[in-house]
This record gives sequence, structure tokens and C-alpha cells, in this order.
Amino acid sequence: MIEIIISVFIIFGGIFTLIGSIGLARRPDFYTRLHGPTKATTLGVGGLLVASMIYFGTQETISMHELLVTMFLFMTAPVSCHLMAKAALHLRVRSEVDLPKSDK
Amino acid sequence: MNVLKRLVPHPIFSLLLWIVWLLLNNTIAMGHVVLGAVVALILPWATAKFWADRLHVHKPGLALRFLLLVLWDITVANIQVAKLIMNPMRKLRPAFIEYPLDTDHDFAVTVLAATISLTPGTVSIDVNSDRSVLLIHGLDIEDEAATIAEIKNRYEKPIREIFGC
Repeated sequence: MIEIIISVFIIFGGIFTLIGSIGLARRPDFYTRLHGPTKATTLGVGGLLVASMIYFGTQETISMHELLVTMFLFMTAPVSCHLMAKAALHLRVRSEVDLPKSDK
Repeated sequence: MNVLKRLVPHPIFSLLLWIVWLLLNNTIAMGHVVLGAVVALILPWATAKFWADRLHVHKPGLALRFLLLVLWDITVANIQVAKLIMNPMRKLRPAFIEYPLDTDHDFAVTVLAATISLTPGTVSIDVNSDRSVLLIHGLDIEDEAATIAEIKNRYEKPIREIFGC
């Protein structure tokens, strides 16, 4: 029973990671591509982490590392996304829609 | 009190560091409890110069509720974005939005920007120099004003209440 639940979470996580990657590959410009890896993957990784937690929860030792992974993921994903977007905007990377005017 | 304030400039940060240390080592052995406490006290003290201001959480209960709300939103909106990406017939309407900020509190703006980036459909790109406008890129924006209003009510208001700014 527990194996079925774990498998469901792993498949769920895998599907969302895959969708995030497909989004990354299929979108036409840099700015829309950014959305895939920062978002769909958070839920993908989340699913894998829940599976990992359930699995190790049924073993003798309880591991809390998954909580930390979630925390660091939520702290670093917006920062890296922000830096890449800012750099792209600074270099005026081509976009499908009009770029906003620079305020510098 | 003043001495205590100088020795422990960021009590919340210290507490978090201590918890993270214990979680990383996955133990509550006495040695790590002490070592973690030392690290948690020294790090904020050593980096005190980089901190703009002391962090005040005015409403911890609301902060917890906000965290749960954001986690829920991430889950729901992830599924929506997945649908958008997987539907080949759907033409997306990406857009840059200039979001007017109501606060210039460093930490509140940071938390808001991170929240916007984590909730699917939008990423925050840049804050202008006087912290009045946050530039957001939306993946599929139907109505710019509605998006701004939603972010304002759902995220910015509670954040400003939590930090009291």
C-alpha cells in the first residue's frame, strides 16, 4: 500500500518536471521560457520530496532533509530567476512582446 | 536589554539558523545543539553590517496563514500553467506589467517579489531605483489591471500587515 502511494507521488513529480522542461523547450522567447523551470518544477520537486519523506518515514530513522531542500528551493528559485530576467532585460534580449522602457 | 540587542541583533534569524543546523545534521545530540547555537549567534552578528534593518514580524499568526496560502496557490497555479503549456492550440498572451508598490520596506518587497516568482504565471524581474514599481513578466495575461489588483489584495496586503509597513 505504502509503495503505491510513494509511486503515485514519484510519477506526479516526474510528470510536472517533464511538463516544466517541455515548456522550457517550446516557448518562443527567453522571458516566457523562464516560467517553466521556476514554476512547474517546484511542484515536480515537491512531489518527489513528499515521496522521499513518506519512504524514509516508514524506515526506522526519520529524515528532515526534505524540508530543508524545499526551503532552499523556495529561497533560491526566485533569486536565480530574477537575476537571469534582469540580465536579459539589461541586454535587451528579444521578446515576443514589447520590452518595457528602461528606467536607467 | 541594549547589550542583549547588540549581541543578538536578529533573534528570528538566529533561531532559524539554529533549526536549519539541527535539521541539516539530523540530530539533537548535545554537541550539535551547542555548536549550532554558536553558529546561529555568530553569523548574524558577523553579517550585521549587511542588514538594512531589524526584522519585525508583527503578526506571526498571519504569517503562517500567508505561508499556507502561498503553498496552496503554488500547487493550484502549477496545474493551471501545466495545462497552458501542454495545450498546443492555446495562444499565450505574455506581457510585461508595471506593478505599483505600496511599500519600500526592503524585506517586504523581497518577500513579495519571491512570492510573485513562485506563484506560476508571473515572475518578478526588476524593482526600479526608488522602489515604487516592480516589473513583472506574465505568461498569459488577460487583463493587466485585474492581475495587479489580485496581487495587491492576495499578497501585498497581508505582507504589509505582517511586517507592519
